[in-house]
Amino acid sequence: MGKPLGILLAFALAFGMVACSDDPAISTGSTGDPGSTASAATFPVTVTGTNGDVTIDARPERIVSLSPTATEDLFAIGAGDQVIAADDQSNYPAEAPTTDLSGFEPNVEAIAGYEPDLVVYATEPGDLGSSLQDLGITALQLDAAPNLEVAYDQIEQLGAATGHTEEAEGLVADMRSQVQGLVDSADPASGTSFYFELDDTYYSVTSRTFIGQLFRMLGLENIADEVGRGSGGYPQLSAEYIIQSDPDLIFLADTKCCGQSPETVADRPGWGGLTAVTDGGVVPLDEDVAQRWGPRVVDLLREISDAASTVEANAA
Amino acid sequence: MSETRRLGTRARVTALGVVVLVAAVLIGLLVGPVRIGAANVFRWLFSFGNAPPGMSEQQALILGDLRLPRVIVAGLVGASLAASGAAYQAVFRNPLADPYLLGAAAGAGLGATIAVAYGPSGALDLTVPAAAFLGALVGVGLAYGLGRSSLGGRQTTSLVLAGVAVASFLTALQTFLQQQRSDTLRQVYTWILGRLGTTGWDDVRLALPSVVVAVATLWTVRRLLDVIEVGDVEAQSLGLNVTRLRLVVVVAASLATAAAVAVAGLIGFVGLIIPHTVRLMVGGSYRSVLPLSVLFGASFLILVDTLARTVVAPAEIPIGVITAFIGAPFFIVVLRRNRRAA
Repeated sequence: MGKPLGILLAFALAFGMVACSDDPAISTGSTGDPGSTASAATFPVTVTGTNGDVTIDARPERIVSLSPTATEDLFAIGAGDQVIAADDQSNYPAEAPTTDLSGFEPNVEAIAGYEPDLVVYATEPGDLGSSLQDLGITALQLDAAPNLEVAYDQIEQLGAATGHTEEAEGLVADMRSQVQGLVDSADPASGTSFYFELDDTYYSVTSRTFIGQLFRMLGLENIADEVGRGSGGYPQLSAEYIIQSDPDLIFLADTKCCGQSPETVADRPGWGGLTAVTDGGVVPLDEDVAQRWGPRVVDLLREISDAASTVEANAA
Repeated sequence: MSETRRLGTRARVTALGVVVLVAAVLIGLLVGPVRIGAANVFRWLFSFGNAPPGMSEQQALILGDLRLPRVIVAGLVGASLAASGAAYQAVFRNPLADPYLLGAAAGAGLGATIAVAYGPSGALDLTVPAAAFLGALVGVGLAYGLGRSSLGGRQTTSLVLAGVAVASFLTALQTFLQQQRSDTLRQVYTWILGRLGTTGWDDVRLALPSVVVAVATLWTVRRLLDVIEVGDVEAQSLGLNVTRLRLVVVVAASLATAAAVAVAGLIGFVGLIIPHTVRLMVGGSYRSVLPLSVLFGASFLILVDTLARTVVAPAEIPIGVITAFIGAPFFIVVLRRNRRAA
């Protein structure tokens, strides 16, 4: 039966949606010269994306964003007015012009129909970038950021690309200081452990992933780190291992996809007696925020930090 | 080989099958990412699931709520797939027939997709398996209904072709729906890839009735499978109602397969390889092939699932990956040894 292989491939693709690379070697170009972005209020400007250096001749006024993260970034730096269409997953902020364009199976013709002067996208299924370039449309790829620094850099690249350099730098500075504040307030020696749930078949994240790094910054212990490097950062954990680990906190990033909640977790066979379940340590997250690497990362970090403080205060 | 010697061989191999199954169940209970200790497991077994002194409440929970239902479901699924595969190979006279031949897999996939994408969220634990179960039955029902109508001698061919057409159609429908609701894509695929990792007693309750009825039915008609395998015309001349037997087998096998898919996702290879391995061991008569497929199919999947949760512990490997990874080389070895013996 050839089917399992096909399913595996599709599965890998599907996971790429949320997971993406945690290997810095294939990340976005954080090598961009910071000096060039600072002086980039004038056009033409050259920015660095995953697809290399991209030159933008004039301030783009018809941006199509095929990446929910980029959409959030663009609105946060004041370039929202320049965005004419966003992909079907771009559900934030509310004023984002969400369309039925797909970022995973992009239709070049449908994209070109919007007559964009800049297309921002995250995943490259085949040859989207070159197809758009052939049509004379500037395309900038910003794939999943492997860490916060790259996420910051992507915001700054978008700032330069859209003529909002200062807002972008201001946003990044603000994010940096908020993150620093949360990190400073964390107790690195608390030993508070957690399990982060990506879906209801117990896929989780290790500390090598973008999301895993956020937890580590707060000094939390990830039970998934027990898994070796072979998992690619997103292992599927055994239920009995989770139960034995008895984490202090359980973060649910599967509230929308899989309808999970503190109640459904308590109902799972063998889970009812876990510390996190009995002591209110099961934290439902907005998985959209948990799966993007945009400005709301700070909100997510704060949510994690608050949950950790509550649990630690209870234990004390 | 004389008839008495053949009977002796059959009895010995059946006894071996039972021993292997008991061993597989014990190994499935003993081995896991959490170390419990053989003594504890045996004391737990003999105190009928209550935590014996010296064993933590947590260990008893892991054994009783996680490992035991998982071993049982793996056994039921393995038995279902192997028995259905064996029966299909007989009534379709096709060595490549597997339980998914008539669109059961595609139907289950479509049912699960509809439930995930459009069903109420929160009630997933029950709706998705139920939808997959119905989908599998609808898939096979369509294939059988459409393929049955052709002429007698070519009935098997037309059924198989109808199955291929129905499967392609349902898969296309599933892909379309998934693309419409790409936010649910990942959940559908994790589901299809197999979910023994989240198995509980609910799954045992869901699968057990269908599996028992279906496997018992196939077991009962096993002698007739020898007759039908010779040919439709020959079987008919011996007084067998070929069409009715084929319908009974298709219904029973679909019921078992639907239950297996509903609780475990798609697991390839078992339905194909276990019956053939058994044939290489005891010859082609379904009086042996069917019961032994049930025993070895159950044992095989229990052992493979044990590997799935221990090899990269505390992480898991999708079980379908291991069935083929272990099963294919094993089958080649059996095939080659058999050729040398012949």
